[in-house]
Amino acid sequence: MATDVMPAHSETSRPEDNYLTASKGIMSWLVTLDHKRIGVMYLIGTMTAMFLGGFLALLLRAEHISGTPTFFTHDQYNQLFTLHGAIMVFLFIIPSIPAALGNFILPVMLGAKDVAFPRMNLCSFYLWVIGAIFFICALLTTGLDTGWTFYTPYSTNTSQTNVVLATFGAFILGFSSIFTGLNFIVTIHTMRPPGMTWFRMPLFLWSLYATAIIQVLATPVLGITLLLLAAERMFGLGIFDPKLGGDPVLYQHFFWFYSHPAVYIMILPAMGIISELISTFSRKPIFGYRFIAFSSMAIALLGFLVWGHHMFTSGQSEMVTIIFSVLTFSVSIPSAIKVFNWLATMYKGSIVLATPMCYALSFLFLFTIGGLTGLFLGALATDIHLHDTYFVVAHFHYVMMGGTLVAFIGGLFYWWPKMTGRMYNEFWGQISSLIVFVAFNLTFFPQFVMGSRGMPRRYYNYLPEFQVYHVLSTIGAFLLGFGLLLAAIVLIVSLFKGKKAPANPWGAATLEWQCGSPPPLANFEKTPTVGNPYDMNSVVWDPDTESFIRRGDVPPVTD
Amino acid sequence: MTQFWNSINPFPGQHSTFASNVDAIFYFTFWLSAFFFVAIVGFMIYFVVKYRRIEGQEPETSPSHNTTIEVAWSVIPGFLVLGIFWWGFTGYVDMRSPPSEAYEVNVIASMWQWQFKYPTGAIAKELHIPVKTPVKLIMQSKDVLHSLYIPSFRTKQDVVPGRYSGMWFEATDVGVYNLFCAEYCGQKHSDMITKVVVHPVTAEDATDEVKETFDAWMEVAADPLKGPGGVVIPLEEAGKNIVEIFQCAQCHSIDGSKKVGPSFKGNFGKEVEIAGQGKVLMDENYIRESILEPTAKIRLGYEPKMPSFKGQMKDEWIDAVIAYIKSIQ
Ligand code: HEM
Ligand SMILES: [Cu+2]
Repeated sequence: MATDVMPAHSETSRPEDNYLTASKGIMSWLVTLDHKRIGVMYLIGTMTAMFLGGFLALLLRAEHISGTPTFFTHDQYNQLFTLHGAIMVFLFIIPSIPAALGNFILPVMLGAKDVAFPRMNLCSFYLWVIGAIFFICALLTTGLDTGWTFYTPYSTNTSQTNVVLATFGAFILGFSSIFTGLNFIVTIHTMRPPGMTWFRMPLFLWSLYATAIIQVLATPVLGITLLLLAAERMFGLGIFDPKLGGDPVLYQHFFWFYSHPAVYIMILPAMGIISELISTFSRKPIFGYRFIAFSSMAIALLGFLVWGHHMFTSGQSEMVTIIFSVLTFSVSIPSAIKVFNWLATMYKGSIVLATPMCYALSFLFLFTIGGLTGLFLGALATDIHLHDTYFVVAHFHYVMMGGTLVAFIGGLFYWWPKMTGRMYNEFWGQISSLIVFVAFNLTFFPQFVMGSRGMPRRYYNYLPEFQVYHVLSTIGAFLLGFGLLLAAIVLIVSLFKGKKAPANPWGAATLEWQCGSPPPLANFEKTPTVGNPYDMNSVVWDPDTESFIRRGDVPPVTD
Repeated sequence: MTQFWNSINPFPGQHSTFASNVDAIFYFTFWLSAFFFVAIVGFMIYFVVKYRRIEGQEPETSPSHNTTIEVAWSVIPGFLVLGIFWWGFTGYVDMRSPPSEAYEVNVIASMWQWQFKYPTGAIAKELHIPVKTPVKLIMQSKDVLHSLYIPSFRTKQDVVPGRYSGMWFEATDVGVYNLFCAEYCGQKHSDMITKVVVHPVTAEDATDEVKETFDAWMEVAADPLKGPGGVVIPLEEAGKNIVEIFQCAQCHSIDGSKKVGPSFKGNFGKEVEIAGQGKVLMDENYIRESILEPTAKIRLGYEPKMPSFKGQMKDEWIDAVIAYIKSIQ
């Protein structure tokens, strides 16, 4: 089905061409239908958003060097944390792994030529760009001061900032996300080559599949909610504002009905990356493949049932609160299963600490802390105390930044040779992972302590007793910024100075390593033979090409 | 040493009947998590060292699947987290079941301050409560969401506009504790901080920090005409207290600057311009009318925004306010 909409390339393409060199000029990128180029554009876009959001974060942390006004005013501070959160969530972390890495890798890993709907894929990217422009306009005009959660009635009747502009931005970004999800679902269902059964699919694909289901089912709810919010603000329709007969708690239900599943949009793809990295760099098949695959699906489904745990103190009914608490604990199990399985994969492996693996081990450490602190928040009596404090801030940074961002960088280093055809500098890559790991803990661990000591979040000023934790956190943040910058530099330098990358530098058995680096325009010259994606014995090191190659003597899997 | 312990102790002191249970759940979860965390990271490091790659040596094959182990590590943590849930749930039910004879205080939250109203009619900006007595707060918001949070009591509840929200607690120790707004409420959210003053019930329990008993405090608070210890204070000073209680300064400055309403400074005994009525003398009757019937005369250049204080402001209090305004020249 996709083959008939593939870009016309065959007249010009030569065998030594790859997707980067197959056509030239800026227009060949802007109107490309190639999933790889769209993935690269998404990568550039989301990375730009990340560095912008990160810059705002450093300004926020700088303000907290003292508890009294330092660099900014009340209003500026409120705008900084809102834009930091909104940019990181809507422009970076939700699209990052699926739309940037997923777009590039999913079809190649599947053994397909492209995604099912390449035009929709390009459209998704442009929707992202338009959404980003709305956000930037809000930023440049009045800013935005509602928090990324847009809680009513503040957002509809009080805030003086451009809430409507920003909500339209988020609305459009929602469609971008839905398009990506829809495309991935259809691609995985219809475009698997012969032999690629569901249970021969790499776990990264399972996780993207589970993510896509959430994207398609949950995002429309956010869209509608934001439209209602805009309608209330512009036309005075009473939906959420009690002065107009509305209910502010209703807004929170709608918002978290999307935004809780959305945290799994953020973490599931990251877990998928980690499954690939741990298996490859331990040179061992992943342990408990089916449990990991099913746990992705379980998380996707259970993730829809726990939104109320963001509202334990909101005034929702006590019975509902209790039910949400017990359901919340049920989602912690599939996450724990994955962690145990990753560990078991390393057992009796042959572990090499290449940069992607260093990031994967960081992920294990940080995500475990993030997940375990979720237990304190899921338990009602403790959440009442911890809710809306820095404890929650630390919790979600451990899962979103320590988890998703770290896995994203690990994945980026892993697939970088495939995407660009260049090897990065291993030593500096490892150093970057070490700095990021140490600085991350320095930034966010003190926040757990100050949170449980009662430091509320979204505070511009704070009482003197919290200063020591804030100062530690600020120092950590600047170090962390440096570590991330270093990682970016290592990757960018490799484009100019890096060795040429072989087809399979790591010895992984998934299909994307069977085509050239970078892949040719149509991914595979001939349809690849599909084997067990984690059978590390099927590839061996070949000193002539300095690459791992498929062993000729491995019989094709039959069933 | 105690100072060191205090700085790493994850909690502020325990000063309500909930606090010790909440902390116990926290520590239980903490040690359980610490166990799993140390085990996970420990195995991770051990495997990285033990099974590091040695050139030219392929790993020995090991099973990639073991149903018994996999089921075990799915089910056992399941029971453990159910235990945490159960404990958290019972603690929560206590927090949300106020005893029937609790002392009630009305709380009004607005951007960006707290106001506490007592059954005696007293109004305060800090929350004053008796020690070892169940207290119930009946909370309302005048504008957006707020959340009343007292870390030392380990409790918090959002204040939602358009409905009453309730919470209760029983303070165990005399003292002064922080009270925060925990739900983002706009510009000065971080300044929406006040104190909880827990008073002794009897004089023997007084501390250096809080000397007055709750009743003694109340006697004064309920009567702005009296000073600490119940002594009669000058009328001007009483007027100042009253202006503070009713938060008149939100709209009226005392330094001559223009706010929502005209300044108190330097107007008494002078002619002032009234919209549509020409010049009027600002005297005792003018002030009285402005408090009880604020829309009767609107100063030129201002909007009729002042609420009436009829029924809230007693006659003797109005006398005091007049004396106070007279004094600001
Ligand atoms: C073991 C799994 C997890 C559990 C049990 C858990 C539990 C919770 C609970 C109960 C809250 C509400 C806390 C409060 O506001 O009082 C919360 C907040 C949050 N969690 Fe998790 N969580 C888990 C994993 C994750 C993951 C994987 C992510 C994202 C990748 C995540 C992101 C967040 C975010 C963003 C918030 C706060 C949102 C906000 O208020 O702005 N959590 N978590
Ligand atoms: Cu507030």
